[in-house]
Amino acid sequence: MTTATIAPATRRQPQPGLFGFALSPKQAWGLLFVAPYIAIFLGFVVFPVGYAFWLARSPQLYVELAKDPIFLRTAVNTLVFLIVAINIKMVIALFLSGFFTHKRWWVKVLAVLFVLPWAVPSIPTIISVRFMLNPEWGVINQLIFSLTAEDGPNWLNDPTLALSLSMVVHIWKSLPFWTLILLAGRLAIPVELYEAASVDGAGALHRFAYITWPSISTLYVTCTLLSMIFTVGDFNSVYLLTGGGPADLTHVLATLGIRYLRLDQIGLAMASIVCCLPLVLPLVFFMMKRLSR
Amino acid sequence: MTRARILRGVSTEAGLLLVGIPVLLWTLIPIYHMFLFAISPKDAAFSGQLWPTNPTLRNFGVVFGQEHHFLYNFWRQMWNSIAISCATAVLTLMIASAAAFAISRLRMKGGRLVMNLALFTYFIPAAFLAVPMYKTMGMYGLLNNDFALILAMVTVASPYAIWILRQASDKLPVELDEAALIDGASPFQLFRLVYIPLMVPSLIAVGTYALLLAWNEYLYAFLLLSNEKTLTLPVALGNFLSADDSPWELLMTAGFIYALPPAAIYYAFRKYMSSGLTAGAVKG
Repeated sequence: MTTATIAPATRRQPQPGLFGFALSPKQAWGLLFVAPYIAIFLGFVVFPVGYAFWLARSPQLYVELAKDPIFLRTAVNTLVFLIVAINIKMVIALFLSGFFTHKRWWVKVLAVLFVLPWAVPSIPTIISVRFMLNPEWGVINQLIFSLTAEDGPNWLNDPTLALSLSMVVHIWKSLPFWTLILLAGRLAIPVELYEAASVDGAGALHRFAYITWPSISTLYVTCTLLSMIFTVGDFNSVYLLTGGGPADLTHVLATLGIRYLRLDQIGLAMASIVCCLPLVLPLVFFMMKRLSR
Repeated sequence: MTRARILRGVSTEAGLLLVGIPVLLWTLIPIYHMFLFAISPKDAAFSGQLWPTNPTLRNFGVVFGQEHHFLYNFWRQMWNSIAISCATAVLTLMIASAAAFAISRLRMKGGRLVMNLALFTYFIPAAFLAVPMYKTMGMYGLLNNDFALILAMVTVASPYAIWILRQASDKLPVELDEAALIDGASPFQLFRLVYIPLMVPSLIAVGTYALLLAWNEYLYAFLLLSNEKTLTLPVALGNFLSADDSPWELLMTAGFIYALPPAAIYYAFRKYMSSGLTAGAVKG
């Protein structure tokens, strides 16, 4: 017991820190433990971001960017992608999360299989979809040919179709994740509420409107915003399916930077990213407020 | 049971099936299509049949034997993928658990700031950081070096890892630390002997997350590595696409092999993943 009381007492003595001010041993240990992350953060986040802003400092770049029709097209594509793909995805996820609450053995098996698109890497599956869409020997056009004796569309050669298909691929890939999150939200709702409602004769629609939705609406909005932030950075769905083509008409902001990089226009690559910060930063700050408590 | 009740039961089941069957098809078709390519002989893959007339494992033999010029470095690239993912997982675990310990258990000053900076990094879309990261790695002289990709992946993975670990460690009772400190343990001993053993389930979740993130990464790998011998598998697969005479059935076979380990790891650690990772997201 004596050692026990003495030990903390000696610990509490302040020691002069590196910069002359007092640093308790506990704080010093804290700094030591957090130092590796700080090093990574400074070396691979702060420095690159600072460098990016420095490269993107010339106003001339933004004039050039505004004149580039591909950039404008990309900005529109990105907005369409965000608004259309995410809302469709989240509504389907909301619906399917309800489906997966049903207790059947085969629904359980299906739930396990359903996660596959999220669990496997995107490149082989996206390439697989790309083969299906091949106009000459892809399985989809073969099917169309054998059913109607007419040639199917040249899927990835039409900018609208190609961008829509990128959205489909994006939805295919990320739907399981959001469905599982919303499912977890639904399962957290007390069963008694539903039982009481059933006794009162509420139908499925009423139960959804008065119990389910009020309980998970916050989660749903959080997920939608989070998904937006993630989707702005979705490079694979577009790049691996369309490569930005045809004629660079299906780029989104995530792939445009890489295109400029390939053309050796680093300044433009950085400027294009800086341009969408007004769109992304408010979302990020809002999410941080929600999540950092 | 009345007739109406039976009818209602049947219609519920029918309704469920009406949702379940499309969901099953939607989920499996791209994966099955890939599998079909992998087990079909070279020319039969395009026939549009549901099951090949002569299923074969020949493609797997070609891939494993590196018998095609696209595949001369298959095992090398497989090894790169394995090494880079494992290194990313280990480094992320060390860095993130130490940071979470400092923030949550040692209550270090400025811990909240560090957490917020990490969260901020988590929300910067990875594709935005890719181009600056590429330039920076060039300045550090790390391009075409496995470490470039490992460090980039640790940068991307650790914010979320810290966040998840901090939430889990906030739930551990404070009395544990106090007891250990009274017994004369140094913070490092507290970390190694008390904290780490208690955090094992969350550490498994976070390690799996980092491992899968690095294994699946395409964009960073494709920017940071370009030498045929340092490539990871996804970049090698992507390179197939740019050639005109690509052997599709081999591409799909290699892709299938590449997709198996993450799926297996995911299912093996599913319990940890769903409790650890979805808990974080649901809290918001």
